[in-house]
Amino acid sequence: MTSELDIFVGNTTLIDEDVYRLWLDGYSVSDAVALRVRSGILEQTGATAAVLQSDTMDHYRTFHMLERLLHAPPKLLHQLIFQIPPSRQALLIERYYAFDEAFVREVLGKKLSKGTKKDLDDISTKTSITLKSCRRQFDNFKRVFKVVEEMRGSLVDNIQQHFLLSDRLARDYAAIVFFANNRFETGKKKLQYLSFGDFAFCAELMIQNWTLGAVDSQVDDMDMDLDKEFLQDLKELKVLVADKDLLDLHKSLVCTALRGKLGVFSEMEANFKNLSRGLVNVAAKLTHNKDVRDLFVDLVEKFVEPCRSDHWPLSDVRLFLNQYSASVHSLDGFRHQALWDRYMGTLRGCLLRLYHD
Amino acid sequence: MPGKLKVKIVAGRHLPVMDRASDLTDAFVEVKFGNTTFKTDVYLKSLNPQWNSEWFKFEVDDEDLQDEPLQITVLDHDTYSANDAIGKVYIDIDPLLYSEAATVISGWFPIYDTIHGIRGEINVVVKVDLFNDLNRFRQSSCGVKFFCTTSIPKCYRAVIIHGFVEELVVNEDPEYQWIDRIRTPRASNEARQRLISLMSGELQRKIGLKVLEMRGNAVVGYLQCFDLEGESGLVVRAIGTACTLDKLSSPAAFLPACNSPSKEIKEIPFNEDPNPNTHSSGPSTPLKNQTYSFSPSKSYSRQSSSSDTDLSLTPKTGMGSGSAGKEGGPFKALLRQQTQSALEQREFPFFTLTAFPPGFLVHVGGVVSARSVKLLDRIHNPDEPETRDAWWAEIRQEIKSHAKALGCHAVVGYSESTSICEEVCILSASGTAAVLNPRFLQDGTVEGCLEQRLEENLPAGCGFCHIPYDELNMPFPAHLTYCYNCRKQKVPDVLFTTIDLPTDAAVIGKGCLIQARLCRLKKKAQAEANATAISNLLPFMEYEVHTQLMNKLKLKGMNALFGLRIQITVGENMLMGLASATGVYLAALPTPGGIQIAGKTPNDGSYEQHISHMQKKINDTITKNKELYEINPPEISEEIIGSPIPEPRQRSRLLRSQSESSDEVTELDLSHGKKDAFVLEIDDTDAMEDVHSLLTDVPPPSGFYSCNTEIMPGINNWTSEIQMFTSVRVIRLSSLNLTNQALNKNFNDLCENLLKSLYFKLRSMIPCCLCHVNFTVSLPEDELIQVTVTAVAITFDKNQALQTTKAQVEKSLQRASTDNEELLQFPLELCSDSLSSHPFPPAKATSVDYSSFADRCSSWIELIKLKAQTIRRGSIKTTVTVEKASPMGEGNFRNRAAPPCANSTVGVVKMTPLSFIPGAKITKYLGIINMFFIRETTSLREEGGVSGFLHAFIAEVFAMVRAHVAALGGNAVVSYIMKQCVFMENPNKNQAQCLINVSGDAVVFVRESDLEVVSTQQPPANCQPLCTGGEVTT
Repeated sequence: MTSELDIFVGNTTLIDEDVYRLWLDGYSVSDAVALRVRSGILEQTGATAAVLQSDTMDHYRTFHMLERLLHAPPKLLHQLIFQIPPSRQALLIERYYAFDEAFVREVLGKKLSKGTKKDLDDISTKTSITLKSCRRQFDNFKRVFKVVEEMRGSLVDNIQQHFLLSDRLARDYAAIVFFANNRFETGKKKLQYLSFGDFAFCAELMIQNWTLGAVDSQVDDMDMDLDKEFLQDLKELKVLVADKDLLDLHKSLVCTALRGKLGVFSEMEANFKNLSRGLVNVAAKLTHNKDVRDLFVDLVEKFVEPCRSDHWPLSDVRLFLNQYSASVHSLDGFRHQALWDRYMGTLRGCLLRLYHD
Repeated sequence: MPGKLKVKIVAGRHLPVMDRASDLTDAFVEVKFGNTTFKTDVYLKSLNPQWNSEWFKFEVDDEDLQDEPLQITVLDHDTYSANDAIGKVYIDIDPLLYSEAATVISGWFPIYDTIHGIRGEINVVVKVDLFNDLNRFRQSSCGVKFFCTTSIPKCYRAVIIHGFVEELVVNEDPEYQWIDRIRTPRASNEARQRLISLMSGELQRKIGLKVLEMRGNAVVGYLQCFDLEGESGLVVRAIGTACTLDKLSSPAAFLPACNSPSKEIKEIPFNEDPNPNTHSSGPSTPLKNQTYSFSPSKSYSRQSSSSDTDLSLTPKTGMGSGSAGKEGGPFKALLRQQTQSALEQREFPFFTLTAFPPGFLVHVGGVVSARSVKLLDRIHNPDEPETRDAWWAEIRQEIKSHAKALGCHAVVGYSESTSICEEVCILSASGTAAVLNPRFLQDGTVEGCLEQRLEENLPAGCGFCHIPYDELNMPFPAHLTYCYNCRKQKVPDVLFTTIDLPTDAAVIGKGCLIQARLCRLKKKAQAEANATAISNLLPFMEYEVHTQLMNKLKLKGMNALFGLRIQITVGENMLMGLASATGVYLAALPTPGGIQIAGKTPNDGSYEQHISHMQKKINDTITKNKELYEINPPEISEEIIGSPIPEPRQRSRLLRSQSESSDEVTELDLSHGKKDAFVLEIDDTDAMEDVHSLLTDVPPPSGFYSCNTEIMPGINNWTSEIQMFTSVRVIRLSSLNLTNQALNKNFNDLCENLLKSLYFKLRSMIPCCLCHVNFTVSLPEDELIQVTVTAVAITFDKNQALQTTKAQVEKSLQRASTDNEELLQFPLELCSDSLSSHPFPPAKATSVDYSSFADRCSSWIELIKLKAQTIRRGSIKTTVTVEKASPMGEGNFRNRAAPPCANSTVGVVKMTPLSFIPGAKITKYLGIINMFFIRETTSLREEGGVSGFLHAFIAEVFAMVRAHVAALGGNAVVSYIMKQCVFMENPNKNQAQCLINVSGDAVVFVRESDLEVVSTQQPPANCQPLCTGGEVTT
């Protein structure tokens, strides 16, 4: 006796959260059954393995049919085939678009192209996330990217509107899209200590302040592309380190203000010029795409690492950066105060976030 | 020209991409009704076109309005080649044709294609302007309401229940026309869908005409079926019960008229349960006074095919209903006469209802059924309905005569079905013989007198279990005792019926689903030989199915079956029998005895040991089941009740031994002690298997109950969560060495595993009950068995158990026992004739008939007849009159607070096979939903194999039903049923096809909590139906 056909269709589509998770994690039916058996469900319910197999198959089939709709979540809301309560719909969508930290760190800032997709095998091996799950996550990134690129308005809003994600998840996707669009390097060894959250935090600040959308909310891709004009203008900041008098004045202003307040004052004093040069040079180089990509590498190299090697506590870093930014306002010869604030305001936030072990 | 149909095409959404180059579609819509077609403009390059068309107006006869569906076709415009069809929507506009239903159909409909399934949605608005037509000779029957619900719909009151209506139309099946060889599968499927839609419209119109002739205004319990006969044609047939219904005007005052969870008392004058059996004032032998007589033995021996023309000529009593009241005769006889006169006017006194207004059902006699084997290729004139009409008339005639033999003048819970395999067709009909109260059958003239009488006879309400037949002239051997409730009337020890448990029935404990499953191998054969083989097998199958049911019932410690449905399915090389019913313990019936096992060779020690081991297991199971189902009837001392003298149950296996010479006949003296025990004789491995299979049925996990009736006896504190589902399984049998035992085991496992899966899947709903569990078996191919289950899971509140119920029952029993101490006990010696056998098999008939062929084969037909005779021991179950203060009557409903309803989601449409929605009140019936779909694929693997294909299709069918209901303005389908699910596959060709036919009633319901203000004005006893309140989430 072999089962040829075995289905269960409810007027309300049954969604088993545990099975959904197994499916999302990319387990095959037989693996999923084995995992469920291990969870002790048979003992709890008195069911047999055959029942579990049939149940798992059913759910997998349902998810498979739902997947097409999940690719465009508003369709899930308007479709008539599956009657699913709204709370469950939200759960389906949210879980489908959720991603693994380990995975996203691997592809963050990479071009969401076929080439990258080919590397998913390696990522799968490295992260021990199933290839299927990797693919799903990658395709989600790519799909969201495709939909929201060249779109007007706030990136987060667009993502929320087209994918019905929670605010939290939509922000994460905005960061992923932003990183993919600007191809920021995140994979270097020195960047390994950074989490996705760190990058997402930076992305949000950069979107708010450095993109076209920060000045004009009526352009396409406003939140995805950095404001080219702004990047050009950043060259003007060079004067802060190129002009020796200005640099000295800046240093003395900062040192005066921080004397006695900083545990690492002497280190700061000794390193000031290096640090300032590093931060200003990063700004000046952002006209080149290559250097934009290396932004985080540069920040870590030029600022985070030197401070860390001198064992600056975070509070000192904060005090320093605040004073460093603010003192510029007292430099009479410097005319680009607004530009400086737009640059340094964001950078300060990023650096503070990036500064940890 | 009495109607104007207006259609507006508003918009489309989610259309498929039809132009690969642009990834877009240039869609337009054709709107067709009858022979008129309109088109919208082409909406270029969009997957969400906004047509916003003008109103397309069709001026049509109302006859066409009833017959024709509105056809909406969405196409992709193509400048260079033919336009591609995207898909279609068929809209049945019948609901717009009667005033109380929907006024407009408006909403999003899935666009359906038979190859691709649902492809986007279209928004359509449909209206009808009807002009009054006073033409007496009209062909249309606009205005007659149709209900699938097999009880008087809530928010209506039955003024008169007229009776049986049936109709049948035949057409050539498009799939078998010559043109099918050259047209595409899509064209062929669409031709079929269109034709069936048309035929159902016509059928409904014709039935409506019959109802109008009877002066009714509605059809209740409308059941329409398709027979795909193949070459000989496509038959659409329907049966129903014509009624005159009155809308209960104020929604606040409407009381669910009769059915299911509720019993409504105030509304109907007969509230006091006209328990006519307890004729306290009348003389003691009412049965003798009946105006007609029957001779059981004669009617049994009659062959169905030749049968009973005389019955239809039974003289009418012609007794005026007005004068009836003045006659001094016993009440029962009076009732009988009146009812009879009302019923005799009808050709078939059948009712498709399964639940009735209080007081309607007086006695229940037992299940009556008839089957007949026909050869489809012998139909003279296949395109005309006459032959099939004659077949069914014959079967109905037989049912009628069986009912008479049981002393009943009517058949309730009546249904008909077919099973077709190649050219062989088994027609089946079954129902429950019953005595009815004439009050609902005639115009109100009798009312007054009956009411007077009733007031005199009110001692107790244990009516429906009391036997309607004459105990001294019983048509079959039964085991009668005095009713355990009133002590005055006789009741049988077991009762089988096809109806729902009457709401006022006194029940002890909970009920459970009981199934008998059986397979019989059969040699492949052609035509007559095949038909003969089948008809030879049928009686044995019936017999074994009943034995199984009886054994399982006893094993559960119960004494009655409700909702019994026996399905016999014919395949190429086997016959399958599946009986489902809900077992209960009726307080009025005696406690069932246990099951005794008797070995064949009592001297063998180890064998003996084995037997006693089995016996112990059985006894343990019975004890366990009694606990599980809370069956603890009050102990009544034997002296008070007077135990019936156990009658020898000899020849309990008589049937088998008689017809199969291999079986030895064992005369057993089964009088084991006082309690009558049901004896299983283990005389061969076969019987061993039987016993094993008895014990392998696993009870549902704790927290689960199941039944196949509307409601679970013993549970009425439903909460609002419901989940309707369909589950389909197909297994392939290994073709080698198939034996009956292996087959039985496979089939049994299939059903048991299916149930286990359901319990597992629905575990999050615990505590819950699977209601209206409906199994359908089909044999699509040689080695394939398909089982389809549709049911609804309803949650209930465990903590609000029914203590009150128990207390009431106990009290009533005590009272009854003390009341009747003086009653004498008669030992009943009721073994009537030599054909006695199984104690309580329903009356049954099997007949074989070959139209236009009889002469040549008359000799073996005679043989078959002979066999059929031996089998057709008519038999009878009876009924209990029920305590007036039934357990469901009052009390426990009082303290049920309706939980406040939370989130209501717009657009949710609930579906349920039940006639009600827990926690809600149905305020409006919008019309019948009757839909037929075909889906075909040539890329089976790509669609996920057979499971993927069928899963998607069933989900689509649900979606289309919901969309139509929503468009009518409804939020639920009640009495939903999947009547057909025909699945065929050809994996080698990567193809599959499936046909599905569903129906139900579209309704508007309001949550009870929303009505709370209003309902507080009602006395609590009256708002029983919707017992536990609250919001329904499906």
